Amino acid sequence: MRLARLAWLFFKVGSLNELQYRTNFFIQLLQSAVSIGVALVVLQVVYSHTPELNGWTEPELLVVLGIQLLLGGVISTSIQPNMQRLMEEVRDGKLDFALTKPEDSQVLVSIRDVRIWRAVDVIGGAAVLAYGIRGLEAGVGLGDGLLFIGLLALGAVTIYCFWLVIATLAFWIVNVWEIIELFQGVYLAGRFPVSIYPGWLRFGVTFLVPLAFAITVPAEAVTSRLEWSTVGLAIGFAVALFAFTRWWWGFGLRRYSGASA
Amino acid sequence: MSAAEAEAGRVRSYLDYYLTRARTQIQSNFQYRVATYMWLIGMLAEPIVYLVVWTTIADQQGGSVQGISTGEFAAYYIVWTLVRNMNIVFTPYGWEWRIREGELSAALLRPLHPIHDDIAGFAGWKVVTIILWLPIAAVLWIAFDPTFDIRAAEIAAFCVAIWGAYLIRTMFLSSLGMVTFWTTRVSALFELMVGLELLLSGRLVPLPLMPDWVEDLAAVLPFQWSFYFPIQTLVGDMSNRELLEGLGMQLLWIVALTGLFLVVWRFAVRRYSAVGN
Repeated sequence: MRLARLAWLFFKVGSLNELQYRTNFFIQLLQSAVSIGVALVVLQVVYSHTPELNGWTEPELLVVLGIQLLLGGVISTSIQPNMQRLMEEVRDGKLDFALTKPEDSQVLVSIRDVRIWRAVDVIGGAAVLAYGIRGLEAGVGLGDGLLFIGLLALGAVTIYCFWLVIATLAFWIVNVWEIIELFQGVYLAGRFPVSIYPGWLRFGVTFLVPLAFAITVPAEAVTSRLEWSTVGLAIGFAVALFAFTRWWWGFGLRRYSGASA
Repeated sequence: MSAAEAEAGRVRSYLDYYLTRARTQIQSNFQYRVATYMWLIGMLAEPIVYLVVWTTIADQQGGSVQGISTGEFAAYYIVWTLVRNMNIVFTPYGWEWRIREGELSAALLRPLHPIHDDIAGFAGWKVVTIILWLPIAAVLWIAFDPTFDIRAAEIAAFCVAIWGAYLIRTMFLSSLGMVTFWTTRVSALFELMVGLELLLSGRLVPLPLMPDWVEDLAAVLPFQWSFYFPIQTLVGDMSNRELLEGLGMQLLWIVALTGLFLVVWRFAVRRYSAVGN
């Protein structure tokens, strides 16, 4: 409860700060419109050559794209800014300020920053998702809908853990910027269901960069192709990854030597 | 000293500058091999995604899409990775930073147009990426089994065309970068340009797979000369005449875009005012 209040407080302060720069909203709006437009055209091109891609119809792929954009918005609104700041502060030694506060350090480093204008992508993604769902022949039942929301939340947690694991590497390797670039490149792979990738690649985007659990699995819930074993695997993986992240953060933190060292 | 001698001296000093600048850049980039590899692998995701999508479609339709087989798709996107590397140049974001931070002041004091430094420096970096790219190409070759049918003339044309592509995109993005003299918020415009380029250059798919009107539009724009054409020199089945014509078109675009850049530069640089120290 206390932590939720703290997160809300940080969110409010961060938002107020961002609200000063309203032009950024319009620039973000333009930028998101361009990237969503291009993504839609890409799907058009793909489906002008085929009625279905490995069993996925166009509305179903719109669902996948919508989720990828939505989650991308969540990442760039809150996860990525916090993790970038963490990596910078490890390098500069400014992390002292967070560590000396009487709260859990992992929570603190995860909620300090917010870029609310990036949330435009969340709305755009949701719109694409809704448009895709409208085109589905089968429709989406209440059960599938709830399952989808649950799995999406779980997916966001998985991605957060992935980011924190990478960001924690900053305690050993000073320059982890290229890993961010690497993630942004690989994240594009989430625009298509992971089942189309060859085995070694599917393994990579499932367990190394957990795009399968974050994007494809929720999309499977919406398009009624989800199996319960997949749900179990997704939950098991998220729990295990969360536990590992918690331990890993503490392990990395011990390496931190502070500003004056 | 005659005019001809003075001219020869000028050319020699430019050449010397380019070689030295490229060499120091090569030395500096070779120190960060791991970083460069991370970055190269991040970039690989894009063509692999496209390749897998088109291979899937080709397989569904009995092995090819509009006459392009899976092996040819593999060849296209493997060559794509090198051409894309050649295509990475100083972006409008770089100009934005340069102007906002006042970095341009120092560059303006030199007796040399700042663009020379960009071209030479990035060219040196290209040498490093080409070398580091070779093992990656080998891995992709094994993983995706491309079909190549290459003639010596095509290799020669390719070696020239990738540098043509480099210059075209440098001059294009530098011209776009001039916008930052008027506004330091160039991101939306740049993203729009990248989006258009994705669709009109052959970066997304080989151009013949696009609708006819897109192909017609692409024919009058510079984008395909820094993407589709260099890839096609190696992957496509072009006659010597077609190769030469293509290189000619590249030259035309280099001249046109350099002209555009120099004209806009004259107006733009007057707006520059350095702040602070």
